[in-house]
Amino acid sequence: MSTVLDRFGTVADPLVEINGLTVAFDGVKVLHGIDLSVARGEAVGLVGESGCGKSVTWLAALGLLPKKASVSGNVRLGSTELIDAEPDVLDTVRGGRIAMIFQDPASALNPVLRLGKQVGEALALHGGLSGAAIRAEARRLFDLVGIPDAARRLDAFPHELSGGQNQRVMIAMALAGKPDLLVADEPTTALDATIQAQILELLTKIRRETDMALVLISHDLGVISQTCDRVCVMYAGRIIETAEAQSLFDTPLHPYTQGLIAALPPLEGVRRRLDPIEGNVPEPWNLPPGCAFAPRCPRRGEACDAGVPPLAWKAPGRFAACIKALQAEPVRPREPVYA
Amino acid sequence: MSAPLLQTRNVTRCYGMRKGLLGRSVEVRAVDGVSLTVERGRTLGLVGESGSGKSTTGRLALGLEKPDAGDVLFKGAAMPGTDSLAWRQMRARMQMIYQDPLGALDRRLQIVEQVREPFDVHGLGQPKEREALAFALLQSVGLRADQGRRYPHELSGGQRQRAVIARALATKPDLLVCDEPVSALDVSIQAQVINLLVDIQQELGLGLLFISHDLKVIRQVSHRVAVMYLGRIVEEGEADLLLSNPAHPYTEALVSAAPVPGRRTRPRIVLQGDPPNPAARPSGCAFHPRCHAARERCKVESPLLKPMPDGRLAACHVAHDQANFLKAAS
Ligand SMILES: Nc1ncnc2c1ncn2[C@@H]1O[C@H](COP(=O)(O)OP(=O)(O)OP(=O)(O)O)[C@@H](O)[C@H]1O
Ligand SMILES: Nc1ncnc2c1ncn2[C@@H]1O[C@H](COP(=O)(O)OP(=O)(O)OP(=O)(O)O)[C@@H](O)[C@H]1O
Ligand code: SF4
Ligand code: SF4
Ligand SMILES: [Mg+2]
Ligand SMILES: [Mg+2]
Repeated sequence: MSTVLDRFGTVADPLVEINGLTVAFDGVKVLHGIDLSVARGEAVGLVGESGCGKSVTWLAALGLLPKKASVSGNVRLGSTELIDAEPDVLDTVRGGRIAMIFQDPASALNPVLRLGKQVGEALALHGGLSGAAIRAEARRLFDLVGIPDAARRLDAFPHELSGGQNQRVMIAMALAGKPDLLVADEPTTALDATIQAQILELLTKIRRETDMALVLISHDLGVISQTCDRVCVMYAGRIIETAEAQSLFDTPLHPYTQGLIAALPPLEGVRRRLDPIEGNVPEPWNLPPGCAFAPRCPRRGEACDAGVPPLAWKAPGRFAACIKALQAEPVRPREPVYA
Repeated sequence: MSAPLLQTRNVTRCYGMRKGLLGRSVEVRAVDGVSLTVERGRTLGLVGESGSGKSTTGRLALGLEKPDAGDVLFKGAAMPGTDSLAWRQMRARMQMIYQDPLGALDRRLQIVEQVREPFDVHGLGQPKEREALAFALLQSVGLRADQGRRYPHELSGGQRQRAVIARALATKPDLLVCDEPVSALDVSIQAQVINLLVDIQQELGLGLLFISHDLKVIRQVSHRVAVMYLGRIVEEGEADLLLSNPAHPYTEALVSAAPVPGRRTRPRIVLQGDPPNPAARPSGCAFHPRCHAARERCKVESPLLKPMPDGRLAACHVAHDQANFLKAAS
């Protein structure tokens, strides 16, 4: 399924709508106004280099940041506003309509609890089930996420399963509340390529079968490309480009997106020298005055320092935050990478 | 013809691994009869799943660990015993670069002091010149003098990895073993470090043993590629041949699972089943529980790593049968 954005960058009838979300830690802004909406059943990818704000966006949206974080903006789930919502409102939303698989390994499974019990707790919390019904449902979830010999594995401890199987258990727990949206933060980064492929296929299958929306956070363009309908590229606390996945990879509009794709070694075709993006990501407390990408941008001009370019409409379904990215015309013709 | 730079011949390394908290210790063959060759000026890429024995192979190649069986030859000569003078002299000719540059650096010392260290340890150059030599090395990896005066935590990940590479080059080694050197870096920075390694190799004629789980990175740097599965090499050959036309079903699955952006040109094979447990090696071909091509024979008979008609090595009954069939047919 693919969702077309209107001229304002929103989907028709969004499931979740984020508007002007900002986050600051100790007075330093790390998110500078995120606008992002997710439609029912849609798979949206969030990609960008370490520290660009991928995790913080969704931790803020779900009220999961530490107290010292100051958050502003709006996050709406249907008619419910989540920013500054009461704790009990957030509790019912989290793990209920919106579930999240966290990047932080410490938040993973409890090593001393049997897996069935951990999944059961999630079910009791959100499914309103009890007793035998919980065990039956836990078994169904284990089957759904492809854990063989589910009945016996419910009595196992996390260390008795492989990394990929534990990740399946995490997904099973996230599915316990029958969420409308699953936010998966780097769900396969710690896994081997062959196991990563299994987990991504599983997420896609579940999404197709349940019409659940998926937000997939990853630093890996390949992972995002293979799993998502639409992609948002983040840089230094902002979304700098968004488009349907295929067109983003075919004709990236923003110089940063172009740079990311050019920096990636190809798996096929002629080998050529890689084209890295020179320099480093700026520190959040030391951002350049205008476009945050300017110090590394091959297209930079004087006007780029005048102000931060807004994420603007360039073509149907395509938005980029670059004053030189003209409508649907790539800034720099892409090299024939796979020639 | 001169001897290859580095050769491992049937090296094997076993570890005791305890099962559970109180369980008996079982023996794990982390590396099981691995033979590899690294030539001067060339890169051998080593790929494989986590726990397949890549890092152990790297440590064996450098003589950081002694093999339980088999031997390692450096320029045709056996590796001297660890901590002997001969070993230390030989060690200066080969260096290792790890995944985590912060762990490899001393956080209390300025970068330039750490790059200077090998000159002091090995008595290279005049003491007065050594700092200048260190700065020159830093410049050759793209670090400015002011960056050389910084401490490790004041540099970005990519800059730190450059510093580690500069230090590794101080003794003018002939061989670099790189264990996941760019895995912790973001793509844009990863490309800078890969280009740097390729440039240095061309300039200095270094032999590289390059370990990575990322096939895209492996392809970018390698002339030859070896694929490991549960401690053994299952396929080895020329990089483009192996990756564009894999013979072993595991290599095929790895290539098809590699996440690449944009359209894919080959169908995707998603392996069923779990990664293998090294403490309970499957009978016959260790890959058979996950292999789509497995036959009855694969469960009982372990395939040997042997040459295919196109020159590569593969350890798979079916791949060899097919190759023989095609040869007979033509
Ligand atoms: N609890 C916190 N306290 C202070 N700063 C924080 C905290 N959490 C995140 N940050 C900062 O916010 C910025 C965005 O972080 P975030 O974790 O969202 O990055 P990310 O895009 O998820 O990166 P990665 O790919 O490394 O996970 C970074 O500069 C980070 O240092
Ligand atoms: N010092 C050690 N003691 C006991 N077992 C070890 C030791 N080092 C490695 N092993 C075991 O040997 C096997 C191979 O490990 P190795 O680190 O070489 O794998 P690898 O291919 O480098 O994996 P990764 O991709 O995760 O780095 C694993 O089963 C590992 O648990
Ligand atoms: S606005 Fe200017 S500096 Fe920023 S990405 Fe576009 S061309 Fe580059
Ligand atoms: S020997 Fe058999 S099981 Fe092993 S890889 Fe070949 S076909 Fe598969
Ligand atoms: Mg994150
Ligand atoms: Mg390793």
